Amino acid sequence: MTDEPEITKAPQIATTRRGFLGAGVAAGGALLGAGAARAAGPDPLITEVQPWAQGLGDGVDASPYGLPIRFEGDVVRRNVEWLTADTISSINFTPIHALDGTITPQGCGFERHHSGAIELSKDDYRLMINGLVDTPLVFTYADLERFPRETRTYFLECAANTGMEWAGSQLNGAQFTHGMIHNMEYTGVPLRLLLEEAGVKTEGKWVLAEGADASSNGRSIPLEKAMDDCLVAFKANGEALRKEHGYPVRLCVPGWEGNMWVKWLRRIEVGDQPWEQREETSKYTDTLADGTSRKWTWVMDAKSVVTSPSPQMPIKHGPGPLVITGLAWSGRGSITRVDVTVDGGKTWMPARLAAPGQDMAVSRFYFDHVWDGSEMLVQSRAIDSTGYVQPTKTELRDFRGLNSIYHNNCIQTWWVKANGEAENVEVS
Amino acid sequence: TPALADKLGIGRAALPEEVAAWDHDVRPDGLGLPEGSGDVLTGEELFSESCAVCHGEFAEGVDNWPELAGGLGTLDREDPVKTVGSFWPFLSTTWDYVHRSMPYGNAQSLSDDEVYAILAYILYSNDLVDDDFVLSKASFAEVELPNAGGFILDDRDSTELPVFIREPCMTDCKATVEITAHATVLDVTPNDTTDDGA
Repeated sequence: MTDEPEITKAPQIATTRRGFLGAGVAAGGALLGAGAARAAGPDPLITEVQPWAQGLGDGVDASPYGLPIRFEGDVVRRNVEWLTADTISSINFTPIHALDGTITPQGCGFERHHSGAIELSKDDYRLMINGLVDTPLVFTYADLERFPRETRTYFLECAANTGMEWAGSQLNGAQFTHGMIHNMEYTGVPLRLLLEEAGVKTEGKWVLAEGADASSNGRSIPLEKAMDDCLVAFKANGEALRKEHGYPVRLCVPGWEGNMWVKWLRRIEVGDQPWEQREETSKYTDTLADGTSRKWTWVMDAKSVVTSPSPQMPIKHGPGPLVITGLAWSGRGSITRVDVTVDGGKTWMPARLAAPGQDMAVSRFYFDHVWDGSEMLVQSRAIDSTGYVQPTKTELRDFRGLNSIYHNNCIQTWWVKANGEAENVEVS
Repeated sequence: TPALADKLGIGRAALPEEVAAWDHDVRPDGLGLPEGSGDVLTGEELFSESCAVCHGEFAEGVDNWPELAGGLGTLDREDPVKTVGSFWPFLSTTWDYVHRSMPYGNAQSLSDDEVYAILAYILYSNDLVDDDFVLSKASFAEVELPNAGGFILDDRDSTELPVFIREPCMTDCKATVEITAHATVLDVTPNDTTDDGA
């Protein structure tokens, strides 16, 4: 039996967006009057015996470690070539437009490397703790597995997420405007336990975390944060970290900018002053309108985005019930509420959170709307447990100007047109 | 969970040679700088051999690769040019970064003297020293970069939070709404992203 050609029957149901735009809109419009009406005729997908109901599917040995079904081939990381000089020190984007719930599948969780994704085996892995400690220590990977563990879900958002949008609307899709983020359940050892094993001297006020890759990505972290909730993680979403996410060990710095989540973590140094590394001077500093720059802008503020409808997720079903959904998160605590507007912010309505917000983790929201088929200006507005309300881009620009690159947590607007297409716009 | 004072006895003491092999970081106060020196002309040769293919013969940058020189006085302009000369606060960062992570693709291949010389050339390219300048562990502290005072600590807690922690408007929040910018005008998004791929 050759199942490939037979199973290609299924995607005929779907159509390309071009096909949708050419002919589908008329059909969608027709649904307005006929949405709940009787079908024109019997559906052959029901009345005719389909191959999958007759023949056999794959055996259990077909894929020892499975990938998504091929119909989901568009749910992949994407690169924007013009953003960086090459693909090694670069960024790609999580397909957040197509995901639901809160956990990001590791295989499409975004990547940001400064000297590429290195291959480091558990056997070759070493973690050193040195500096202002009683005993500088070296741990093997096996050593780390013997420490008491913690499992927590956290978002990791690149400081530059939405950074291309400071000066105006640039990229047309939630994946590109907001996809430098993933949200995973991490398992690892609290950094505090490793530091206590070495014994931090009283003069110790900062730690330097650096990776095993050529870029090293060194960052200074105040000791208070290091002893609070930083996690030396070796599992994500139940399995080992992916190579591109720091295998075998990365640092989690909950709520703080992704750059500090040092991958392939090889060394923690304790010191009495910060190191002012390249990644906290030249980069990850935020230039204000007057030319001065903020440094050590560690926390990621409350933020949200509607993932559907959005430019990559046009409305194809015509007017009627419409699920407006998206993601919200805050580095200062948990998401307590998300509001949605369909008129560009004149009127707001509270959305439903899929689950109570967790500290420094992504929340999923749903807003069950009945779309009348007219244009919408869709926005979402996150509110966190500190009472912080996600600001507009204009409000952020009033404080920061246009050149701060990082930390753009503004309200996003999608212009949904009458044909269901959506575009990234700014509104007054 | 063991009490704070209880150690688990996991791991082993790091040897001095091991710490020396990995602990290369250099702080603004010079802590971590090794002995050594290098002059501008030596640095110019090294830069031409190892750096100029990406950063340009004059550290001005090639294509999309970083500019290391120029841009002085542009930080408050529409498109600031951020270089070692115009933006970086500390020379220590340059030493630390070049020594550990450059050249791109062949990191940790430069000797201490070579790093001193390349830094001397980068300073010269930024018109911060003369062409007979010698950078060394001793002369390091004499160099202050132009934007050393250009950074402030994160002040969001005092500037933004008092404004953004508020009761949000729910109805009649604005009289009119106009679209003021369109992403499709720029048209810089990669193609095919809106196809189903099915």
